[in-house]
Amino acid sequence: MTDAARPEPTEPAPGAHLVTEAERDELRRHGILLTKLEEIVNLGRSKSVWPLQFGLACCAIEMIAASMARFDIARFGSEVFRPSPRQADLLIVSGTVTKKMAPQVVRLWNQMPEPKYCIAMGACAISGGPFKQGYNVLKGIDRFIPVDVYIPGCPPRPEALLHGLLQLQEQIRTQKSSGPNVARHLRPGDRCDYAVPEFGERDLEPPANPAVWQAPSIVRNEKA
Amino acid sequence: MSGVEPMFPSPSSGAHVNAVHDPFHGDLLEVSMGPHHPSTHGVFRMMVTLDGETIVKLKPVFGYLHRNHEKLGENTSYLGSMPYTDRLDYLNSMTNNWAYALAVEKLAGQPVPERAEYLRVILAELTRLLNHVCLAGFLLQDTGASGTPLMYAFREREKILDLFESLSGSRMMCNYQRFGGCRVDASPEWLAGAQTITNNFGRFLDEYEELITGNEIMMARTQGVGALTPELAISAGITGPMLRATGVNYDLRKVDAYGVYSRFDFRVPLGDHGDTYDRYMIRILEMRESIKILQQALPALPAGPIMDPKAKIRGFRPKAGEAYGRIEGPKGEIGFYLISDGSPNPYRYRVRPPSLVNLTVLEDMCLGQTIADAVIILGSVDIVLGEVDR
Amino acid sequence: MMETLEQVRDRLLARFPGGEVTLIANPGPAAQHSLALGLNQAAAMALFLRDDPDLRLDYCSNVTGVDWPEKEIVESTKVTVPDPAGGPAKVVEQKTKRIQPGYLEVVYHLYSMALKHGPVIVRLRTGNRHDQVTVPSFTPVWRSCEFQEREVFDLFGVKFSDHPDLRRILMWDEFTAHPMRKDYVEPDDYEWEPTPHGTVLEKAKAHYPATAVAAPTAAVGAAHHTPAAAAVTTAAPVVRSDTGLETRATPAPKEGTP
Repeated sequence: MTDAARPEPTEPAPGAHLVTEAERDELRRHGILLTKLEEIVNLGRSKSVWPLQFGLACCAIEMIAASMARFDIARFGSEVFRPSPRQADLLIVSGTVTKKMAPQVVRLWNQMPEPKYCIAMGACAISGGPFKQGYNVLKGIDRFIPVDVYIPGCPPRPEALLHGLLQLQEQIRTQKSSGPNVARHLRPGDRCDYAVPEFGERDLEPPANPAVWQAPSIVRNEKA
Repeated sequence: MSGVEPMFPSPSSGAHVNAVHDPFHGDLLEVSMGPHHPSTHGVFRMMVTLDGETIVKLKPVFGYLHRNHEKLGENTSYLGSMPYTDRLDYLNSMTNNWAYALAVEKLAGQPVPERAEYLRVILAELTRLLNHVCLAGFLLQDTGASGTPLMYAFREREKILDLFESLSGSRMMCNYQRFGGCRVDASPEWLAGAQTITNNFGRFLDEYEELITGNEIMMARTQGVGALTPELAISAGITGPMLRATGVNYDLRKVDAYGVYSRFDFRVPLGDHGDTYDRYMIRILEMRESIKILQQALPALPAGPIMDPKAKIRGFRPKAGEAYGRIEGPKGEIGFYLISDGSPNPYRYRVRPPSLVNLTVLEDMCLGQTIADAVIILGSVDIVLGEVDR
Repeated sequence: MMETLEQVRDRLLARFPGGEVTLIANPGPAAQHSLALGLNQAAAMALFLRDDPDLRLDYCSNVTGVDWPEKEIVESTKVTVPDPAGGPAKVVEQKTKRIQPGYLEVVYHLYSMALKHGPVIVRLRTGNRHDQVTVPSFTPVWRSCEFQEREVFDLFGVKFSDHPDLRRILMWDEFTAHPMRKDYVEPDDYEWEPTPHGTVLEKAKAHYPATAVAAPTAAVGAAHHTPAAAAVTTAAPVVRSDTGLETRATPAPKEGTP
């Protein structure tokens, strides 16, 4: 995932910095919208994120509640829950991922086309939550797939899901189409095949994907 | 070894079809439905073997939401398991709480004050309304009525959840019951709100029934589909609305008369055919009976404490022994089996899940039906995976 | 009203002369006593319980396993030892140790839907926890046992003869252990926990470097609670070890179950 294939342009783009923000605002006041292609594309993409219709546990009920009349996720352009991963942009991991389920979640993620995003909804999807002492509970879905937004709560309220969705939209709006901070799906090394764990005799093989997640080394001062 | 002839043998056994070509049926097709399938109500998986569109074999595969509830329960204190019971059947946290509290109260010989018993009945019946209305919505969703019935159901659900939230502080995971009573008292304003919802719920049901019950498509899709005989239902341990749809009169609210249910006048609706339509209708009728119970319980709520003053919250250690307590949950008999060895943690903590046992006959009901009907039959069983796999 | 459990036991013993039926008393306030059936005639006895016109226990509600591992019991007895010197006799406490053999137990809660009574609690006990773990299945008698007995097989390792489809139900097929046994050791995947506390913190600590190496004290103090603070510690110039990979290399802890 290096950026060696795309060297950073040394010269600024022609015409860049010719128009200041103040002048852009002035133009907008006159009804002329001056923007970048990247921004307008990102704006469009962020307002029509289609989630995968994929419920795991308790949080899925709140996800359904968020799409119903009172909370109405349609206000934010995400009411189109797609049953097939091939048509979805967003994987909402809504609930406890058990070790028996983890390979299937990774497989679904692999089947989704880029650009795709992942929301870990609820304590269980983040870290195992209240069930993290369970022998069959995966301690966080980010051990296998990259997560864009974490929504804490057990379960998070529908409003929290909407807030998480807005955070994701903010991330999408600021994604770069070139340069060193180019979005993940535009990097040349990024392929869509995250390793699917196998069922082992005691645990998943491997228990975490080292390309995605590595245990941070924490040094603690033990009290003498 | 035993030589006992099974009265109701399991229709087929083994994990998968070994050969997809069967000399009698011709080419069979094995379809794996789930665990990611929009209509399986969570992460449930069915290995379905099809002859054309007809199901010749169906094997449920469980465990995709096996969260080790029982192991966690044995590693924590008695009270520490109470929030976990919320997450068993995550639509009905109040009845799960009650079943667990009832089992521990049996284990410890703990009495419950009258006001708490009434509150428990009120909350359990509100939960029943909530569960059944969601079931009806999901079932209609499965038949293809996408959106509208579920939206109506969730509109009513949100009203009841508001009540739960204002009482317990949480919408779904109420963690409300305690051993020997309830956690917080209901204010007069709360009771007035519950009364309003109860008064209006009947009108909603009328509206809903007008929309759904007589609907021709609904009747064509559900009548005669997935019929179950009472003999098989009893042998397979089916409980709840699914059992009563076959005509067996067995409601724990009447049989065990736990709590203060013996003081209320209500009927137990019974079905005739045991098919999917009956299972739907039983739930609608049960909701009307629940409204009747609420109408009696809300005005009769006695004053007094909500917690037994002698109940121990901290340092709770029941004497060695065991107890099995069960109540009539919205999905069937939910029971807790506890063994105490005198320590603060239960030695054995077991949940008797109604959803799992009710799935025993899924294959019997689906054999000979089409694959599209399997979805509806599963919807009418009313499962929640948190409880099936625990 | 149903007959007492003693009467049920006596009738079972009269009906099955070679069989074993033991009444297990429950000392707790619930007073739900139970019957332990000998394994050789248990299935026939179950059939009798189901079909007997006075009992008609046609509904088997709950099936579950219980693990009773081997226990070392220390019994102390007071023995009076006469003093050889002729003084007053001494009271000496003698401790004897004995090993109570372990076994697995399957518990069935039976009710009658026809006569609306119950529960009658039936227990089956295996010979030990290793090789004599087969008990007769009650699935031919009550279909409701089908999935619940599979669960007992999966989580406790009790084998049921005559079960139509005895496979693992909750764990995957390749899994080898029986996790609900008391001596099960779960896989060590506590490399890092965002908010560890209690036993999780203890387990997670096994993965931390043994000695603190010149870490910024402020970050270390806060690292107990917040992931953000933990990230600060990671960025600090300390010895970085990929604990996740190292733990993979170490052999998994040995398990007590066969």
